[in-house]
Amino acid sequence: MNNVSQNAVHTADAEHPNHAEIRTFGFWIYLMSDLVLFSVLFATYAVIGFNSAGGPTGKDLFDIPYLFVETMFLLLSSVAFGFTMIAMHNNKKQRVIIGLIVTALLGLGFIGMEIHEFVSMIGEGAGPDRSGFLSAFFTLVGTHGAHVTFGLIWIATMIGQIAKSGITEGISSRMMRLSLFWHFLDIVWIGVFSFVYLLHVV
Amino acid sequence: MFGKLTLSDIPYNDPIIMGAVVSSTFLALIIIGLITYFKKWPYLWHEWLTSVDHKRIGVMYIILALVMMLRGFADAIMMRGQQAMAAGPDPGYLTPHHYDQIFGSHGTIMIIFVAMPFVIGLMNLVIPHQIGARDVAFPVLNSVSFWLTVAGAGLIMISLGVGEFTNTGWFGIAPLFEKTYNPGVGVDYWMWAFQIAGVGSLLSGVNFLVTIVKMRAPGMTWMKMPLFTWTTLTTNVLMILSFPVITGALFLLTLDRYLGMHFFTNGMGGNMMMWNNLFWMWGHPEVYIVVLPSFGIFSEVVATFSRKKLFGYVSLVWATAAIMILSFTVWLHHFFTMGNDTNVNIFFGIATMAIAIPTGVKVYDWLFTMYRGRITFSTPMYWVLGFLTLFVIGGMTGVLMAIPPADFVVHNSLFLIAHFHNMLIPGALFGYFAGFAYWFPKVFGFRLDEKWGKRAFWGWAVGFFVAFMPLYVLGFMGMPRRMAHYDNMAWQPWLIVAAVGALIVGAGILSQLIQIYISIRDRKKNVDLTGDSWENGRTLEWMSSSPPPVYNFAVIPKVDELDEWWAMKENGTAYQRPAEYHDIHMPKNVARGPIIGGLVLAFGFAMVWYIWWLAIAAMIGIIATVIIGSSHDDEEYVIPAAEVKRIEDERFEQLAAAMEEKKNN
Amino acid sequence: MGVVLLLATVLLSSCSNMVVLDSKGPIGSEEAFLIKIAFILMLIVVLPVFVMVIWFSVRYRASNKKATYKPNWAHSHKIELVVWLVPIAIVAALSYLTWVKTHELDPYKPIASDVKPVRVEVISTDWNWLFIYPDYNIAVVNHLVFPANTPVNFRLTSASVMTSFFIPQLGSQIYVMAGMRTKLHLQADHEGTYLGQNIEYSGTGYATMHFDAVATSKEEFEDWVEKAKQSPDVLNMATYEKFAQPNTDYPVTTYSSVAPKLFDHVMMQFMGWMGGTDHAMKMTDDMDDTHHMNGMQDSTQMQEEHGQMIMQSDSGHVHTKTMEDK
Repeated sequence: MNNVSQNAVHTADAEHPNHAEIRTFGFWIYLMSDLVLFSVLFATYAVIGFNSAGGPTGKDLFDIPYLFVETMFLLLSSVAFGFTMIAMHNNKKQRVIIGLIVTALLGLGFIGMEIHEFVSMIGEGAGPDRSGFLSAFFTLVGTHGAHVTFGLIWIATMIGQIAKSGITEGISSRMMRLSLFWHFLDIVWIGVFSFVYLLHVV
Repeated sequence: MFGKLTLSDIPYNDPIIMGAVVSSTFLALIIIGLITYFKKWPYLWHEWLTSVDHKRIGVMYIILALVMMLRGFADAIMMRGQQAMAAGPDPGYLTPHHYDQIFGSHGTIMIIFVAMPFVIGLMNLVIPHQIGARDVAFPVLNSVSFWLTVAGAGLIMISLGVGEFTNTGWFGIAPLFEKTYNPGVGVDYWMWAFQIAGVGSLLSGVNFLVTIVKMRAPGMTWMKMPLFTWTTLTTNVLMILSFPVITGALFLLTLDRYLGMHFFTNGMGGNMMMWNNLFWMWGHPEVYIVVLPSFGIFSEVVATFSRKKLFGYVSLVWATAAIMILSFTVWLHHFFTMGNDTNVNIFFGIATMAIAIPTGVKVYDWLFTMYRGRITFSTPMYWVLGFLTLFVIGGMTGVLMAIPPADFVVHNSLFLIAHFHNMLIPGALFGYFAGFAYWFPKVFGFRLDEKWGKRAFWGWAVGFFVAFMPLYVLGFMGMPRRMAHYDNMAWQPWLIVAAVGALIVGAGILSQLIQIYISIRDRKKNVDLTGDSWENGRTLEWMSSSPPPVYNFAVIPKVDELDEWWAMKENGTAYQRPAEYHDIHMPKNVARGPIIGGLVLAFGFAMVWYIWWLAIAAMIGIIATVIIGSSHDDEEYVIPAAEVKRIEDERFEQLAAAMEEKKNN
Repeated sequence: MGVVLLLATVLLSSCSNMVVLDSKGPIGSEEAFLIKIAFILMLIVVLPVFVMVIWFSVRYRASNKKATYKPNWAHSHKIELVVWLVPIAIVAALSYLTWVKTHELDPYKPIASDVKPVRVEVISTDWNWLFIYPDYNIAVVNHLVFPANTPVNFRLTSASVMTSFFIPQLGSQIYVMAGMRTKLHLQADHEGTYLGQNIEYSGTGYATMHFDAVATSKEEFEDWVEKAKQSPDVLNMATYEKFAQPNTDYPVTTYSSVAPKLFDHVMMQFMGWMGGTDHAMKMTDDMDDTHHMNGMQDSTQMQEEHGQMIMQSDSGHVHTKTMEDK
């Protein structure tokens, strides 16, 4: 952010600050703080991630091929979202809705697989209250999952709004932020996949 | 139906608690009764509670801070009273369990519900004005942040009469706060109140950072930003980077306590020192979050009342930035005594001392601002001088405690208590009071009474000195903090002196209340007609009328100088009418803030008492409110140019009359 | 205000109750000296502030029209240089002092002495102190006896929440934590009874959690040990469990014998749960080495020196099992 561009923004439209730009910037800042939150959970996992308290360890529990499929669901949903954004820029309402539905379905697949993984782990007696390691594991992965779930609710809301009022300026600005959010969750997941799963299995 | 909550959770057999509950309920009922009698509810709801005007939100924040300060001070007096009495055979008037809750609520309230709302309130009052903007970046979010803070405060107030409060201090002690050692609801109240208010603060940080970065008046480059704007900006960066840490840490504790996980537990793979690390990774930047804005206020006040440019502006900006960065590198000095590796202790010790360098520079820059000035000693300036004198004592003891081996003998003692009160009372609180007196006329159109303001200052300054210097001595006498009772009779005389000091501070607070009453009563006498309340204003906020119109500036000013308003007065371009007025878009008031606040309060209460149906219902309500709210594209209304002209004409008439009057005097 | 402070300081330093500044041991004396020297160094920055506040306030008050008034004077390289460099110099001096003294006064560092140290194992409970003398196989509750002019090597653990062990007149405190073992080395140069206490809030009984630390002559200490060995009370698992229940003001009790490895048992209660971690290794090493919780260490060396068996599990993590000590 240098002074020149700063001034340019203002002089261009001093009376009416650019809301879309301000909101996007604000959302970036929010994502940064969310990243700090994830860092806390990653750090916690680093500190107590091997404290299995005599219980199962990552090696006993993690099924990498299964996780690979799960990861693919999330990555593909991001690709689908990318196409959705292209459709939005071309002002194709129908395609945007279809794109969002595909994104949501892939996201649902991811969440479904994650829930299945959690349920089977708890069934095997490896629930989050078993050890420090499992507490940290469920919390980090679960927090990411909660974010994805929130993203799914957001996508559903956007589908409703677009169906009702088309692609307005407000909606396209919201879609921009949703897109940032969705890709952000991808990046965090890459961290989770390598740091939480791979590192404990290799 | 009511989870764990039963009638027996209300401590009706404790006369002290019940007295407090009955009197505060009574007071609340009187206020509610008065509002109802005068039929002010619609006015209150439409003009204040749902307001997204940064000035009004700022006022509400500060009212919250002042009310909570009374509660926090009541706790302080009770502690001082107990320790003055409870020596040797005398058990004092409080049971240990009651005393232990008081120090927790005192700390939590003073930091989270006094310092934070006061700081954010002042930011709200001043920042958009000072950078030449009409509002903050996200007005609705601003209202939501405020109501989240209120919800947290509400939860703490409820804990007074329903259940109990935490006995593990304001920063939480692992593993004492785990379910095993603390099965009651006290820790839960603390955790949820803290968490809710913390989220509010985080959102405020985002809001003001974006406001300052994106909404400054044209021409206001980084190095033309007033110092208060700078310190607010750095504070916001600290908030954004540090508050998620405490949100995360409290979340982990929640999981420990509610789902039996093992983050900070004894055994089962938990790690109690992880709590200390996480807490202070937030906690130390938090100290600067509450202190840096005060440094900004001192900078503004000292320049204005010395009628002189701020000395060493560039130094001050760099010093502020240095403090911001260093504040993330020192958290471990809160537990040098944990048995760390020597070199780790040394690193954090030296980093801590390094903070003293930019802080010392600041102190001298303020002093040299006074040098060759023309100093007027109004109340805000009193607070600055009091700050300069008392704060350096705290700085000195702070550097002492940064030396690990010295810390080994004073850590956790009353020396530590004296030190951080020495930073937070003169350093932070005096700054807020200075800012309060300084910007009060801008917001309300009349100045505060000087006589009672100065009395309040002397009460606080002398009271502080008498209350806390003995605690330094007691620290050297080896007295630990948080003692509900002690056997060492040599400590008692000093504790009695400290209690007297607390009473003197009480006299200061009483003077502040009288000051507010008298100032409102005699508001005609101290009226500010020009908008430049202290005549020597330097920054943009003094350009508009007092109180300012809802849009702050009819025309957004263009900035050429650091002290733009002072320069305009010098150049003779001040008080000039613009060629024409335009329509102004302003955000509409919305009810989302108070609704979300209410739902979050219900959620927090439900979680504390395990009332799951209510927690789920409140959560659904919150999500629904957010979704519905986000669907509104247009939440603005237009003030037509003609209306702007009418308001501005009135202002210029008033101004002309004021100028005339001044000439006649 | 400055005068008041100075006066206060002078007054206070003469005050005999300021036990921290009037230390009776080498560690505490050094720490007190450090406090005083740092205090004096900092006065270089602080005293001018008091002077300037008063001087500038009087000199440049608005009513004094004789004083120079330069409303636009806001910068001076000379002043800036001084206000940056002087604090930097002082902090540099203090940093050097910190470097030297922190190493010197490391609580984990044994005190150099010709006299054989007395070893004490400290267990904090809710809300009492238990002191075990492994070399004499005796123990005592809420009362610490040791010979003066002899280093005392403490190793400490908690049977419950976190506490902090502190004898103000002898010097450094150290945290006491469950499942972990911290260390402290102190010495008294003078015989006498000093107050010892928990200085980390630990719950309802916290305020009562203090004890007398008695530094005796060598002969008196030997007598005391002999007497302790005659005590009818023994500290077996049953009496320990009874003692460890949450209670306050447990009477001073001397035990003529102690269940073997009680200290390790208490520590392992919490630590044994940990899967293979370096925590386990860090906490079980012998008391005379100098490495720290956060410190680096050579596990092979440890294995040899302390009879610990370190197994490399197939998952690649280190598992530790404590074997019989020596």
